[in-house]
Amino acid sequence: MSTIFVPVTYLAAAVLFILSLKWLAHPTTARRGVTAGEIGMALAIAGTLVHHEIVSYTWILVGCVAGSAIGVPLAVFMPMTHVPQRTALSHALGALAAALVGTAEYYLRTDSLDAVTMTALGLEVILGYLTFTGSLMAFGKLQDLLPGRPLVYRGQNVVNLSLLALAVAAAAYLVADPGRTALFPVVAGLSLLFGVVLIIPIGGADMPTVISLLNSYAGLSAAAMGFVLDNNLLIVAGALDGSSGLILSVIMCRAMNRSFTNVLFGGFGQMQAGAGPAEERTVRRATPEEAAVILAAASFVIIVPGYGMAVAQAQHKVRELYDALTRRGVEVKFAIHPVAGRMPGHMNVLLAEADIPYDRMVEMEEINPEFPRADVALVIGANDVTNPAARHDPSSPIYGMPILDVDKSRTVMVIKRSMNPGFAGIDNELYYMDKTMMLFGDARAVVGELVRELATA
Amino acid sequence: MPQTLESALFVFVLGTFVGLEVIRRVSPLLHTPLMSLTNAISAISLVGSIVIAGSERSTLSTVLGTIAVTCSMANVVGGFVITDRMLRMFRKREPGK
Repeated sequence: MSTIFVPVTYLAAAVLFILSLKWLAHPTTARRGVTAGEIGMALAIAGTLVHHEIVSYTWILVGCVAGSAIGVPLAVFMPMTHVPQRTALSHALGALAAALVGTAEYYLRTDSLDAVTMTALGLEVILGYLTFTGSLMAFGKLQDLLPGRPLVYRGQNVVNLSLLALAVAAAAYLVADPGRTALFPVVAGLSLLFGVVLIIPIGGADMPTVISLLNSYAGLSAAAMGFVLDNNLLIVAGALDGSSGLILSVIMCRAMNRSFTNVLFGGFGQMQAGAGPAEERTVRRATPEEAAVILAAASFVIIVPGYGMAVAQAQHKVRELYDALTRRGVEVKFAIHPVAGRMPGHMNVLLAEADIPYDRMVEMEEINPEFPRADVALVIGANDVTNPAARHDPSSPIYGMPILDVDKSRTVMVIKRSMNPGFAGIDNELYYMDKTMMLFGDARAVVGELVRELATA
Repeated sequence: MPQTLESALFVFVLGTFVGLEVIRRVSPLLHTPLMSLTNAISAISLVGSIVIAGSERSTLSTVLGTIAVTCSMANVVGGFVITDRMLRMFRKREPGK
């Protein structure tokens, strides 16, 4: 019976996975998508448990219990501001699983590996191990365990690419002669090392792209596992994950006007370090009282959240501000830049957590024509994505990057901790405009004061 | 039943196309849940891990397989749970508010 049962469950699972992603397209059907994915996964697991090679369930059970013990707390108690870290961690876990299965398969089947299978196995292992350490590095940077600034040195790219080339060469040797078991640890070790050195030169603000790329690699290593195990379900699921990561990476790169190679090998954010501002320019400092008076008189306000809002955990205060303004009849919208935050969609999740309706969150292309109509653009912890230099200054490192046209609104308010420049290390000319009011302080505290002032205004 | 490389590639290429088409339509609003959901789905490597851990062909493979089951299971459970937790938060304005 199992000869029919297994393929049928796998086919049903593949269909359910595709439906799951299809339903995710819109918030109204998205939760149905999760259910479809869960059913698909349950079917696939049920189909696998009757596999004829399984002789004992002890270790499977141990792994499942241990895995649930790790996975559930990570999902249930993780604050929404930490979702990028959790995502990096789960890429690491997924990639490690693929790499370990590849390793086990290699040693079990050394004598019977043909060239095709060994090629897939090599890809699975290289991608798996490099994604594992790469994601752990990304996790470290996001969690501030490692310095977020890019670390670069002369000849770095040559060293990095040589490591990868050596790993691939060793794997190619194994394809020609799978019996050379001494080479296998070399492939694994070099891949692990490459994952580390790949992420070292990448700065915090490039994390949205890097996380998406690692997502893609993790998917591709799962697909490669499918080739090794002759398992179409793995191939389909891996292809879905790989293409999702690819699409997100392309969107992120486009939103920063950069290429993949530039993100991976550019070491962005440190070439400008020496080029400090030439002359002292003055900014207009404002108090929350002054700002509240202007906000109270406005009829249309656009709020621009950035990573600073996440760091200050200010989203709930922002929600109070949204309520206070809406009660006064002010129209409020949120402008979301694709690379705001540390992963794709990060800002939307935070705002949704604070119970801000999703129809108030507007993408860059749609909100930009609305800025000239806005009385106030309130920038909370965003910097480079609002810098007008990206539009007109070819010498700026962010020249050509699509930005939110904050400077076109009637009044600009910027909540910022200090005058320190953003990750790109460049000064933001927005702050020196006549219509810009700078509100210095912690985002949560300043927004809180705005809410209080509005209550009495 | 071993399949040929051609049919495996066939499945992979078609799977990628379907993936690109379906995922292109996902609203940027939901890009974070998208990533956690695809993450949970690709934890389907669990099926490969289960066979390695359960077939007990060598100590090494059982150990590696058990660790792999642990990692994949963490992603399966955690990925679906956190995706649902995020999606529950996405609400439209209630009428009259």
